[in-house]
Amino acid sequence: MSLITPEFGLLFWQTLIFLLLLLLLAKFAWKPILGSLKEREDSIDNALKMAQQAKEEMQNLKAGNEKLLADARKERDQMLKEGQAMAAQFVEQAKTTASAEAGRITQQAREAIQQEKNAALAEVKNTAAQLSVDIAERLLRRELADPTAQQKLVDEYLKDVKLN
Amino acid sequence: MKRLLTLLLCLCTFVGFAAEPAESGEKGGAFNPGEIILHHVADSHEWHWFSTDNGNFVTYLPIIAYQPGKGVAAFSSEKVAEGKTYGNFKLEDEKLVAIDGSKVYDFSITKNVAALAMSSLLLVFIFSSVAKSYRSRVGQAPSGLQSLLEPFIVFIRDEVGKKSIGPKYERYMPYLLTVFFFIWFNNLLGLTPGAANLSGNIAVTMALAVVTLLITLFSANKNYWGHIFAPPGVPWPLYIIMVPVELIGVLVKPFSLMIRLFANITAGHIIILSFISLIFIFRSAATGLISVPFGLFISLLELLVSILQAYIFTLLTAMYIGGAVEEHHHEEEHGHGEDFGTAEQRAGGSNVAHLNRPDVATH
Repeated sequence: MSLITPEFGLLFWQTLIFLLLLLLLAKFAWKPILGSLKEREDSIDNALKMAQQAKEEMQNLKAGNEKLLADARKERDQMLKEGQAMAAQFVEQAKTTASAEAGRITQQAREAIQQEKNAALAEVKNTAAQLSVDIAERLLRRELADPTAQQKLVDEYLKDVKLN
Repeated sequence: MKRLLTLLLCLCTFVGFAAEPAESGEKGGAFNPGEIILHHVADSHEWHWFSTDNGNFVTYLPIIAYQPGKGVAAFSSEKVAEGKTYGNFKLEDEKLVAIDGSKVYDFSITKNVAALAMSSLLLVFIFSSVAKSYRSRVGQAPSGLQSLLEPFIVFIRDEVGKKSIGPKYERYMPYLLTVFFFIWFNNLLGLTPGAANLSGNIAVTMALAVVTLLITLFSANKNYWGHIFAPPGVPWPLYIIMVPVELIGVLVKPFSLMIRLFANITAGHIIILSFISLIFIFRSAATGLISVPFGLFISLLELLVSILQAYIFTLLTAMYIGGAVEEHHHEEEHGHGEDFGTAEQRAGGSNVAHLNRPDVATH
């Protein structure tokens, strides 16, 4: 029975010593220990957060760089394409201009030839007419004595003229 | 602290070593296992280390007796050992009584009190050195004793304190940690040969349970008393039954703490001693083939029980305190987690509400 009856003396000492122990440990052990633990956990938390932040920033930076690179590449492609197009256009334009010029020159040449031809023809005609007139004049001078002969000559010439 | 130490040192002058003829009970008469076992698990005025054929090796502890009207008497327990009388005192079954039948208050430094003082000094020494290494190793990884004990401290804080008490847990951490390590260390010390069965003594567990009860009652809020004296959702005629039941419940909780720890630790000791006693009952060394493995098994089990009981005592204490300080909001009843914010704060979810979390703001 003594086992389950609390003894007064032990109860007294237990209460006293335990409360003393509680005070001592609370002041000299638990307070600094819990404080340090909390501090350490906070600092670990902060460090992790900062590492995460740095990682994100790094990623942002990398993404920015890549975007810049991609933009540059795109711009270069664009410029190349534009250059090519422009060059092609130039060539095309040059061709058109050249062919137009060629056409114009040919036309001019043709016209000049035509003119020359016309002029030559006109000269031939004039010369022929002059010749005819000269011939006629000479004939007239020689043949005008005989009217029938005159007439005959005239007819003859005329016939010739028509043939021309 | 210093005064306590001086006091203890003064009292230790009463301590003496003695070698005297072994008790006749073990030599001549029949072996009485019940008596031996009870003697081993109970408190004593002398520290009995071991016995040989040449005698008992005993440290006699100081007796301090107070008698109303006659004052305090302090003397070594050697003076009253073996049925001797000293002045007005004698020991009857380890109980100090006055010969003239007057009332005696026994404040003796018994085996348990001595063990208590030593284990308390050990605890103070260990944890102040751990605290020192926390201070000297700021920003560094824990080392040595510190890294051994840190997981337990963190476990008690996170799994017991935070989860069972809630946002106000920090006020109660010193008590929870002290009670956990006190019980655990004393359970382990009680398992060492020759040591006292301190945490298996009902006076010790009673003192611990009373401290838990007082802390619970003094930290109880309006809501806690409301549940006791006016249980919500109960028609008032039932109060006649409910209120006494609730009041009994208040006392039963620490009572169960007291009995659980006492019974678990004492039972373990009794089982081990019973297995060893078997050898002497059968008077055959061959019994040792059974007794030793079983005794060893129970001893190992006791190592587990010693931390388990410390944990259970601490956890239940935290839960009783948690029940006493819990704020009234039904929607939160099942949600004891890391997030302490009230429902409004959680719903709001703003940064300001987060900063106003009570556990952050008050410390």
